[in-house]
Amino acid sequence: MIAGLFKFSFKFLKEVFIPPYEVDQIRKHMIELGMKTLPIVGVTGFIIGLVIAMQLSPVLKRFGAEAFLPGSVGISIVRELGPVICALIFAGRVSSGIGAELGSMRVTEQIDAMEVSGVNPFRYLVVTRVFATTFILPILTVYVIFIALIGAYIAVVLVQNMTWAYFMDRVIFSVEFGDAIPGVSKTFVFGFIVGIVGAYKGYTAENGTEGVGKASTSSVVVSSLLILIFDMVLVKLTLWLWPTVK
Amino acid sequence: MVEIKDLHKNFDGNVVLDGVSFNVAETENMVVFGRSGTGKSVLLKCMIRLMQPDSGDVIIQGQNIRELKVRELNELRKDIGFLFQGAALYDSMSVKENLEFPLIRNFKLTQIEMDKRVSKVLEAVSLEEAINKMPSELSGGMRKRIGLARSVITNPKLMLYDEPTTGLDPITSKEISSLIIDLEHAFNMTSVVVTHDLLCAKIIADRAIVLSGGKIVAEGDIENLVTSEDPLLKNFFSDEIFEENNGRVQ
Ligand SMILES: Nc1ncnc2c1ncn2[C@@H]1O[C@H](COP(=O)(O)OP(=O)(O)O)[C@@H](O)[C@H]1O
Ligand SMILES: [Mg+2]
Repeated sequence: MIAGLFKFSFKFLKEVFIPPYEVDQIRKHMIELGMKTLPIVGVTGFIIGLVIAMQLSPVLKRFGAEAFLPGSVGISIVRELGPVICALIFAGRVSSGIGAELGSMRVTEQIDAMEVSGVNPFRYLVVTRVFATTFILPILTVYVIFIALIGAYIAVVLVQNMTWAYFMDRVIFSVEFGDAIPGVSKTFVFGFIVGIVGAYKGYTAENGTEGVGKASTSSVVVSSLLILIFDMVLVKLTLWLWPTVK
Repeated sequence: MVEIKDLHKNFDGNVVLDGVSFNVAETENMVVFGRSGTGKSVLLKCMIRLMQPDSGDVIIQGQNIRELKVRELNELRKDIGFLFQGAALYDSMSVKENLEFPLIRNFKLTQIEMDKRVSKVLEAVSLEEAINKMPSELSGGMRKRIGLARSVITNPKLMLYDEPTTGLDPITSKEISSLIIDLEHAFNMTSVVVTHDLLCAKIIADRAIVLSGGKIVAEGDIENLVTSEDPLLKNFFSDEIFEENNGRVQ
């Protein structure tokens, strides 16, 4: 499977630069995927922000470091929680959807029909979707980070008196470019994983409707796992490239 | 028009085609008979290079499709229509979009010309009113008709049909078979129809071949095949008729 996925990704990289560019399809998928996941990632982000602030607040108090609350919450959300939680939810929602959609197109011969019509189905179906997931996830992540910070602020206000402006000022003071850039840019990789795994599973589905179900569930499992593995690798890599301890 | 020469295909040792050869003449309607799982779909897919045979050649309009570059293959495919077993309509597109899809990328037509073709094929399959419906709103027979309309919209010279009547009730299958033969005449096409439906074969076939065990075991006029004294054929067709009388369970 890994070899197949690797070959499939390679084919994507080869085909993505070849015209015709299906710009309309890409735009359509981006809007559709964005709309589909916006509410759920928003709610999740809000709750995560709220909970992490609630958890950290007494701990920091114990060390007499309440003043660092906005900063530490901000850093955890921007560097890790925002991107990874958003990517995992996105994987659950989108990877399975792509897997099921392309899987059913495969087993009902719609993909063959496309090929016979002289349309390259890989470019029309796979490239457009993977392109869309790769570029929509970072946008969603920025949104999730923002919502999570609102959640965190609300948790903070419940225990200490602080204005939104001051809270954000402390967050921005502590969160550096070295936190934000790798945090958000790794989501391009996550978005690519979600798209390519779903597309691969669906595109290579077999055995009728049973195969479609399998393509859909295994897309979620594989893409979530790959997101976590790549997160580990990318965190290590960014710490090495941008050492934050001065 | 079509020459199939000694086609072999196996899947991990499961031999499906074991030396299949036949020719189809211009405007001839050739029926390939075979039980479920004898490799009829595989044969059709090899003919249009959706699958690659292990060995043997497919020559269509004098071109050996194995040797064609992707662009040449697409050029040749413009002349070939394929009706898939389940019609393979694009679920996410309306009937109109389904019909336009084969035209948009490879035929440089204006919207007016496209609209004209769409209404022409819809009229041919008597489903003008379905133009804005989604495939999920259509019955099995209607889907087949729209699939048929979509495959003839490019004015193909050769049509390949994969079990055009399987899964339909006897009356609808008869309608679809008659529709196919009408279209064949109206559009002056050559066709290869694979089926295990005797009634459909009787309506469509100019000539028929019987595929069994990966080989062609008989060839000729459909009436002669059905009334043949050859034990193998007798056995084959008595089962087919039995199946027909039982409401055609696949
Ligand atoms: N993609 C494939 N991979 C493996 N085996 C296949 C594939 N396609 C078809 N087969 C096998 O080839 C045989 C013939 O299949 P098919 O051509 O679909 O039969 P039918 O005559 O019913 O259309 C079957 O045994 C099937 O299992
Ligand atoms: Mg078949």
